[in-house]
Amino acid sequence: MTNQYNKIFNKFKGNSEELIPILQNVQEELGYLSEESMASIAKFLRIPKSKVFGVATFYAQFRFKPKGKNHIMLCRGTACHVKGAPRILEEIENNLGIKEGETSADLEYSIESVACIGACSLAPCITVNEKVHADLTPQKIENLFKKKN
Amino acid sequence: MAKVNITIDGIKLQANPNKTILEVALENNIYIPNLCHHEDLVPAGVCRMCMVEVEGQRGQVVACKTLISEGMKVKVDSPEISVIRQTTLELVQANHPQDCNNCKQNNNCQLQQVTAFVGMNQKRFERMRKTKPFIEIDNSNPFFNLDHNKCIMCGICVRTCDEVQGVNALNYGQRGFNTIISTFGNRPIKDSVCESCGECVVRCPVGALYPKNTQIPAREAKTVCTYCGVGCNIFLGVRGDKVVSSRGDRTSIVNKGRLCVKGRFGYEFINHPDRLKTPLIKKNGKFEEASWDEALDLIAKKFSTRKKEKFAAFSSARVTNEENYVIQKFTRAVMETNNIDHCARLCHAPTVSGLVQTFGSGAMTNSIDEFYNTKTVFSIGSNTTAAHPIIALHIKTAKRNGAKIIVANPKEIDLCRHADLFLQQYPGTDVALLLGMIRVIVDENLTDKKFIKERCENYEEFINSLENFSLENVEIITGVPKEKIAEAARIYATNSPSSIVYAMGITQHTHGTDNVLAISNLALLTGNVGKESSGVNPLRGQNNVQGACDYGALPDVYPGYQKVNNKAAKEKFEKAWGVKLDNKIGITHTEIINAIEHGSIKALYQVGENPVISEADANHVKKALEKLDFFVVQDIFMTETAQYADVILPASSFAEKDGTFTNTERRVQRVRKAIEPIGDSKPDWWITSEIAKRMGAKGFDFTDVEEVFNESNSLVPNFAGINYERIEKVGLQWPCPTIDHPGTKFLHREKFATPSGKAKFMPLTYKVSKELPDTEYPLLLTTDRSLYHYHTSTMTRKVKGLRILDEEELFKINPEDAKLFGIEDGEMVSVKSRRGEVKVKARVTDICQKGVVSMTFHFFESPTNELTICEVDPVAKIPETKVCAVKVEKF
Repeated sequence: MTNQYNKIFNKFKGNSEELIPILQNVQEELGYLSEESMASIAKFLRIPKSKVFGVATFYAQFRFKPKGKNHIMLCRGTACHVKGAPRILEEIENNLGIKEGETSADLEYSIESVACIGACSLAPCITVNEKVHADLTPQKIENLFKKKN
Repeated sequence: MAKVNITIDGIKLQANPNKTILEVALENNIYIPNLCHHEDLVPAGVCRMCMVEVEGQRGQVVACKTLISEGMKVKVDSPEISVIRQTTLELVQANHPQDCNNCKQNNNCQLQQVTAFVGMNQKRFERMRKTKPFIEIDNSNPFFNLDHNKCIMCGICVRTCDEVQGVNALNYGQRGFNTIISTFGNRPIKDSVCESCGECVVRCPVGALYPKNTQIPAREAKTVCTYCGVGCNIFLGVRGDKVVSSRGDRTSIVNKGRLCVKGRFGYEFINHPDRLKTPLIKKNGKFEEASWDEALDLIAKKFSTRKKEKFAAFSSARVTNEENYVIQKFTRAVMETNNIDHCARLCHAPTVSGLVQTFGSGAMTNSIDEFYNTKTVFSIGSNTTAAHPIIALHIKTAKRNGAKIIVANPKEIDLCRHADLFLQQYPGTDVALLLGMIRVIVDENLTDKKFIKERCENYEEFINSLENFSLENVEIITGVPKEKIAEAARIYATNSPSSIVYAMGITQHTHGTDNVLAISNLALLTGNVGKESSGVNPLRGQNNVQGACDYGALPDVYPGYQKVNNKAAKEKFEKAWGVKLDNKIGITHTEIINAIEHGSIKALYQVGENPVISEADANHVKKALEKLDFFVVQDIFMTETAQYADVILPASSFAEKDGTFTNTERRVQRVRKAIEPIGDSKPDWWITSEIAKRMGAKGFDFTDVEEVFNESNSLVPNFAGINYERIEKVGLQWPCPTIDHPGTKFLHREKFATPSGKAKFMPLTYKVSKELPDTEYPLLLTTDRSLYHYHTSTMTRKVKGLRILDEEELFKINPEDAKLFGIEDGEMVSVKSRRGEVKVKARVTDICQKGVVSMTFHFFESPTNELTICEVDPVAKIPETKVCAVKVEKF
């Protein structure tokens, strides 16, 4: 089981300071941090599992559920917020039947909200994987994700 | 150390320079508000409540993180400090529930205390108050709850779990406003690695972690825990006639207030409704209640016609020293035989037979608290965290102090997380492993030549016996890579003081005595014995197994290890007891069972033991017990063995009587009565004395246990200096020959206890275990222990919470083996040996190496000892419960 991580672990010495780079590497490989992967990291670095979990959950960059095939990043920056981002999120959640931070059971969709994606002139906006969807309205959201329901 | 002068609020004080301002203030009864401080923990400085001003320094400093220095002038309060503390406090309180009356920690809460001292601005507080969403209380653990809503993030629980317990079940999780105390994966505590010791619960300053049972006792009795051999000092809390709490004694040198899950929460059995409350006599196959007179008279009558070689007694490592003395006196003086033994035969008999040959004394050479200064701890054949949890804490502390830990065990036990080196030898190959290490030490010239020359003998013969133990050979036998063996040898030999810790993994073999001899050879070779923090330390299993041996519940010795076949000793006891004694050595536990089966022993008197579950090849034991003419069992519960009895006598538990227990470090400690005997039960010493008196014997008119204690100690030179008055507060460690002797912290300081005064090297050969896996029975079964249960679980399974934490036997098997035999985790399997068959749930885990499976023996539903083999060590007569061959099938 741990063999899949050994490839990553081989790049490191096994010092506890290497925790964050290892977490990043594993997330890159796996798409997220599973409990099993965190337990393996703890064993490799000889630090408590609870500590690995504590550090990982402290940083926003780590995810604990696999990403969906279509990963939605919702901008919650000032401009988007003013132009109705909360309403857009609600609409996405309604359409996909999952909450922010969750992944659909079929692993098709996942939603994440981010501070700003740097496209304020297009507010409110989201990205689905790399593609930006601009000037969104609830209607547009429905069209975008209708097929899902 | 030169003291440092400081003033706090104008008061001149002197203190050691390595102390913080907060420590010095609190020691001198000057209160500085604090929330995250605990005297056992490294200061964290997170609550910012202990801010003080130091003259000459700008702003405020954190008192718990600032060391004192010469001439320091500290101000504990000022208008600025007040403002800072108040604001900080209001921020803490803003998220804290304000329902103190319904809180379990009410009146005992640090936050209440700080609030009362600092004061709050109610208006500002109201404005800041923001209700956090309610987080469900984690009530998964049967002994305590975690209420996140009351948590003030002081981190004391996190640090306790790390610094005190070394378990790290808890840590901070998430971030910012959402930060919570979290287990790995934020799972319920019960599903984490938590060991339920409750150390965090004891230290929580608020009501976030609190015990489920919060009954405050009306009074407390200071006594000694009844579970393992560590001998932790506890206070049993009593309400009416019920024991409602147990807490560690912080002043105790043994446990320093710490307790494991059994010691802190395992007291429920005392008042359990299933306790035996009246004597029972079997009539027509059924037990009927009887009066004491009826039962005792019947026993006296039956015993008087079955004396000498027709009689045997199993005394108990669970009862007090005084009771063991009375039982062995009864056996020898009244029943006229030395056929007395107890369960030490099944655990540390090889320790006695081995270490007596080499050192002259079969006990732990060092004290428990000497581990703190040990540089290398070599733990072999001991699952220390499960079987001796508090000693494991001392070892973990040694590690924190910079010691190296070497673990040698066939299984990857929990202590391996703390180990610098882990040697996973194949079960039963310890002699090879140890002699391999010895060979490295000799070859690399790491021996202590001065020590060998001055304090040892037989070295040459021993060296000549090492030829077959080349590292290549040893690697093949043990399965441990030779580099690791060599490294272990080098660490042990060079990083001294080194201390060896061992338990059943060493002794429960047909070559158990050889294993012990190998250990003592290793210690002697490097001079690691007879010194502080350095020695050979067999961890005794039962609360009073040391005492039961010390007080003569053995077939070959009177109290104090005085040989029954030694003329002078015999005459001394004949004179003291006023009877003629038999100089023939009695037979041992395993031999008694055989003698019963062959019909030579007709009557058995058994106190506090359960051989039907604990003895190897249990089916053989059952068959034997059925053959007895007359079988008396004296116990606190109806055990599996008691079912075979003719008369059952209800004994009082440790909480209901006075006396002494001797712990694994030879410390004789006072056991005190907390409640009156349950029902019509009686202390064991009273029962045995009554039988003796009804048989017309003299010398059993004891009015209390102190009288027994004084009589026994007057007959043993090594205990002569111990009396109740001297051990009122702190127990004494034997040898303690005179009334002004301070007791003996570690043994063999100047000379060994052997006749020559020198320790003896013993040449050894490697012998294989009696029953190894073959094509028919391809797996090697070894036995181990669970933290949550004790021995045959007669007591621990009467405690609901312990039952919940560990509810059934698990057959632990390596994933590769599981695949080979088509077994999935969690399914029921049938395990068979040549002697029996047991149904049990499988647990697939890589803590077991390939080819080795393991089970505990705590559960009567899956009696592991029906599988084990009753082949015994030729010297110590201990059965080989650590190695037998089994096969496994899906059930």
